[in-house]
Amino acid sequence: MRRTLQAIPLLILISMILFIILNNAPGGPLAPYLSNPHITPADIERLKHNFGLDKPIYYRYFIWLGQVVRGDFGYSTSNSESVMDAILGRLPATLELQISAFLLALILGLSAGIFAAVRPYSVADYTITTFAFFGQSMPVFWFALMMQLAFAVNGIHGFGYEIRLPSAGIATLDTFDLGDRLQHLILPTIVLALLQLALYSRFMRSSMLEVIRTDYMRTASAKGLDGRTVLFKHGLKNALIPIVTVTALALPGLLGGAVVTETIFAWPGAGRMFINALGQEDIALLMGYLCILAVAVVFSNLLADVVYAWLDPRVKYD
Amino acid sequence: MAASVPINQPLVVDEERFEVSKNTVWRRFRKHKLALLGIFVLGFMILVSIFAKQLAPYDPNWIDKAWQGSPLPPTFVNAHLSAHHALGTDEIGRDLLSRLIFGARISLTVGVAATLMEVLIGTFLGAISGYYGGWIDYIIMRVTDVFLSIPILPLLLVLTAIVAAKSSRASLSFGIIVIIIGGLAWPPVARLVRATFLSLREREYTEAARAVGNNDMRIIFRHLLPNSMAPIIVQATLDVAGVIILESTLSFLGFGIQPPTASWGNMLSNAISTLQTAWWAAVFPGLCILVTVLAINYMGDGLRDALDPNTR
Repeated sequence: MRRTLQAIPLLILISMILFIILNNAPGGPLAPYLSNPHITPADIERLKHNFGLDKPIYYRYFIWLGQVVRGDFGYSTSNSESVMDAILGRLPATLELQISAFLLALILGLSAGIFAAVRPYSVADYTITTFAFFGQSMPVFWFALMMQLAFAVNGIHGFGYEIRLPSAGIATLDTFDLGDRLQHLILPTIVLALLQLALYSRFMRSSMLEVIRTDYMRTASAKGLDGRTVLFKHGLKNALIPIVTVTALALPGLLGGAVVTETIFAWPGAGRMFINALGQEDIALLMGYLCILAVAVVFSNLLADVVYAWLDPRVKYD
Repeated sequence: MAASVPINQPLVVDEERFEVSKNTVWRRFRKHKLALLGIFVLGFMILVSIFAKQLAPYDPNWIDKAWQGSPLPPTFVNAHLSAHHALGTDEIGRDLLSRLIFGARISLTVGVAATLMEVLIGTFLGAISGYYGGWIDYIIMRVTDVFLSIPILPLLLVLTAIVAAKSSRASLSFGIIVIIIGGLAWPPVARLVRATFLSLREREYTEAARAVGNNDMRIIFRHLLPNSMAPIIVQATLDVAGVIILESTLSFLGFGIQPPTASWGNMLSNAISTLQTAWWAAVFPGLCILVTVLAINYMGDGLRDALDPNTR
């Protein structure tokens, strides 16, 4: 409870810092209008007055904060709708990609980690560890380009078949076609999952190795349980506890999307919208996006701590 | 075994033991074959970027007149068409190998400089935070929380975009990229150093140092800092790899190093338009990033094994 309350001043501080940074951008919130030849300096002055931009910055911050508390992040000039509508509108596409990548990474990563930990220093372990190292060192955007090159530009040939996958967008047509949607999903999902996959397998491996060495595992074996029961019932359950903390880090991505992956695959999600807003100096949207991300980060950290303490009674927070 | 050691062993052993402990680090590091390989690869990259002018076959911005509107292929693909460009040219006929060599210089310089800045800020703030505690610690840690609560890539993008819009795009020289990355990436270092200092300040030698009249600054820099170097070095090494990825991502998205200056990131961004015809322009810059980052990560892994084997 105390920690939840501590999150509020933290979030206010974050929003203040972001507000100061973004409102000191050249042109400020009116930048999109400044480059429009049909808008005269007199119009700019009027807009400034209408938007309250002639007031001091602390005054404007409190006005902004008052609106945010009521769920209003202002008007997005790059999307011609309210910031809230713009972000909520991108949410389904972002969630589709994020959740499929998250599940893929989680399932493969945890299995690989367990597999490696059960046979430490075997060929399989080295293969998995090396793969994880590559995954962590891979520049995401380059991996995306290589996947496009292989599967979209050239196509993979073999056994008389040709595998060719779409490299842009979420669907070919407006009408819903499940097969088509899934095809569009494959490449971005793989690209987005790679880094997470590498992280999960490394964490799972070290967590499992640690658990295998504990006394209660030896006790479980000593009382005659078979290896499988010991490993999965006693080992895995405990080894998964620290993983909860790591998976909580994926939560902000569910809202914010993936800036790089969405941009390269022209995925109509929140991450790509952010990059667009960046180019068009859409201050209100940038502000809203960063604030929502910060809220997600703060609360997923809190959630991780709470769940962790709940799963592992040895952990106590004050 | 202990019984066989004579009780009145000469004191000289102590000095030898110190020598041994230095050697142990190197011996443990040497065992990690991939980390050794990492050092060689990184060393090679550093030499290449130092001697970029001498090694590059062409000026990185020189446009070959043989270029006919589409990128020239590498020599090993078509020796007849492109005898003078070992790795081919990019979309406007600039020698790819030369640009890669100069790109190495950018990536490594940004990586090392930004990490240096991040480590200096993080170590200083973490040290005074952990050493003094109290309200100083409270303020520094809240600031750290703020920076850790905003995902670094969007924040970096916003800041570089503001700088880019403020004057011309070209003002995003690597000095500014370094300052922005280094100025934002320090919080994890600060937390790390703070945690080490919190435990070190309770040690007896700290109390002894204070008892003989050392002032705070001397205790921090002469006694505590040298003893917390191991995790800082490991973290810094891994962060160089992280910064190289960040810089290339920024450059790829158009908010990092600006053309015509070659960086691996903006070369890849240019390569998108010719992805259909010129795979080489998209493959080689990324391969350079991957190999460099992999080398540094393996080196960091080896350093961690050698310097503090407990944290793994």
